Amino acid sequence: MTYYLIKRLGVAAITVVLAVSLLYGMIHAVPGDPLSVILGPRATPEMKAELNKRMGLDKPFVIQLGTFFVNVLQGDLGIDVFSEKSVSEIFFGQLPFTVSLIFLAIGWSALLGIPLGCYSAVRRNTLIDKLTGVFSVGTIAIPSFVVALYSLLIFAVWLKWLPAIGAGKEGDFMDRLSHLLLPSFAVGLGWVGYLARLVRASMLEVLGENHIRTARAFGLKESTIVLGYALRLAILPTVALLGVGIGNMLSGAVFAEIVFARPGVGKLIYDSVITRNYPLVMGSVIMTTILFVLFTTVADLISAFLDPRIRENL
Amino acid sequence: MNEVNTKPLKERSATRNLVSHLMKDRLAIIGLILVILVTSSAILAPMIVPHNPNKINVRNRLKGPSVENWLGTDQLGRDVFSRVIVGSRIALQVALVSIAIAGSCGLLLGMMAGYGSKKLDGILIILFDTIRSFPTIMFALAVVTLVGPSLNTIILVVIVTSIPVYGRIVRTQTQALKHNEFILAEKAMGASKLRILGVHILPNVIGPLLIIASMDIPVVVTIEAGLSFLGLGVRPPTASWGSILNDGYAFIRNTPWLVIAGGAPLILTTLGFTFFGEALRDVFDPKLRQEVL
Repeated sequence: MTYYLIKRLGVAAITVVLAVSLLYGMIHAVPGDPLSVILGPRATPEMKAELNKRMGLDKPFVIQLGTFFVNVLQGDLGIDVFSEKSVSEIFFGQLPFTVSLIFLAIGWSALLGIPLGCYSAVRRNTLIDKLTGVFSVGTIAIPSFVVALYSLLIFAVWLKWLPAIGAGKEGDFMDRLSHLLLPSFAVGLGWVGYLARLVRASMLEVLGENHIRTARAFGLKESTIVLGYALRLAILPTVALLGVGIGNMLSGAVFAEIVFARPGVGKLIYDSVITRNYPLVMGSVIMTTILFVLFTTVADLISAFLDPRIRENL
Repeated sequence: MNEVNTKPLKERSATRNLVSHLMKDRLAIIGLILVILVTSSAILAPMIVPHNPNKINVRNRLKGPSVENWLGTDQLGRDVFSRVIVGSRIALQVALVSIAIAGSCGLLLGMMAGYGSKKLDGILIILFDTIRSFPTIMFALAVVTLVGPSLNTIILVVIVTSIPVYGRIVRTQTQALKHNEFILAEKAMGASKLRILGVHILPNVIGPLLIIASMDIPVVVTIEAGLSFLGLGVRPPTASWGSILNDGYAFIRNTPWLVIAGGAPLILTTLGFTFFGEALRDVFDPKLRQEVL
């Protein structure tokens, strides 16, 4: 396990270094003077001189990249050119909104998707199983931002059951929660289908294995076999998938935050794209990428811890 | 005399397999019908649109559905139905162009990684994983800020983010084939690497790749529509389902049909291609089911 741990962390570190270099290098891949590219149309000579001093854009690329990494490691992602606040401060100010959205989405989709998949596997080929199949494929295919727009239209505009925009009043838990319901519905819906499908497939595999047959032969209760023996194993692939899932949910969250005009990382990045505020875009994308790599690594480590067979496949 | 079909199952042609599978699978039929509908409206768009999709008529703005404008008009008085039809062209164009390019690059790089030296394999895999470590939309946003929004930017983003996916699949397949006896025999007879890859490995890996690529069509359609919805895709006045949704979002309280009209074709297209793609996969390569799931 220690060997796997070191190897997996090494891969994660290399990935992050390469990803950050790629994002940084992109500034130079675009034709034109990098200073104007970064600062956009509003660049004044003073701003250019200041940024040049900070980033050392006249120095060789390797030295620039080195300086940039040293800064990133110290938690310095640069300064927002417009508000002159530090990028990391702005980013971490918005992060809790996105994290709460994603966790609520994961929570409700797992609570619904896992039992649904489990039930479909046990009651194979029944009407409910078939309906779950269609529902799964359907919800996976439909774009989450269309779900967001339609749910905004139906539940907020027509039925007026839930608030349409914003994140709710600070300190008022119920208000915050009611503002989270629609966005997390939109972000999580595809995952209900995905999880149901995954759990059904791995459950069917596990139910055919010898130890389950043995348990049946011993006359154990069906519920004990399904929940106590089969599901424990069948849930493993889900853990590994949740890491990747968080990345997909981040994409979904960008749209949900924009559609429901909620504060959050997605909205932050989008707003800075519109104002062509590249330091803020780059800083935030780097941070989300690091978080994403972190989540996938942790998910991989957990599944390797739970299932020793995975450790051999790196 | 009654003729009995004595042909073993394996020898039945792929097309017959597909047809018999489709007859049993109602979802696949629905999928096929939707795919035909979308594709034909994309091909025939200039002939079937009732109005010029970009013609502005401000006096007629934000009108509800009527006999004249089946899906109503948008904030500039343009006919939404015509824009939805023309939008199918953009959606499929982006999907086909980017998937074709990404598929070819992925095929080449994947075969190189799978058949080449261990070092090359290591480098390519790390590169693939690096690109895959960006959530697609985040990567797209970073690129758009630098190069500016356009249809080509979307195609570029889709190509860059899809190559690793295809590359990895081809690599796995190539590695599995590499030690097969027929390849070893070719090698023993002195066949060049190029010949082995082109004549023996390529035909065997292209099938699964085509299936995965066809199942990616709805994903790419979603990315295009998503970026256009954010105003970071096609430039106005070009109609895309995403830009119709963007127009509709601004007026969602008073004129809901714009959002409905922009979203419905997206839902139908993604469902259609997914249902049909799944049927194709089950017929041609059931093993892939586990890999994609």
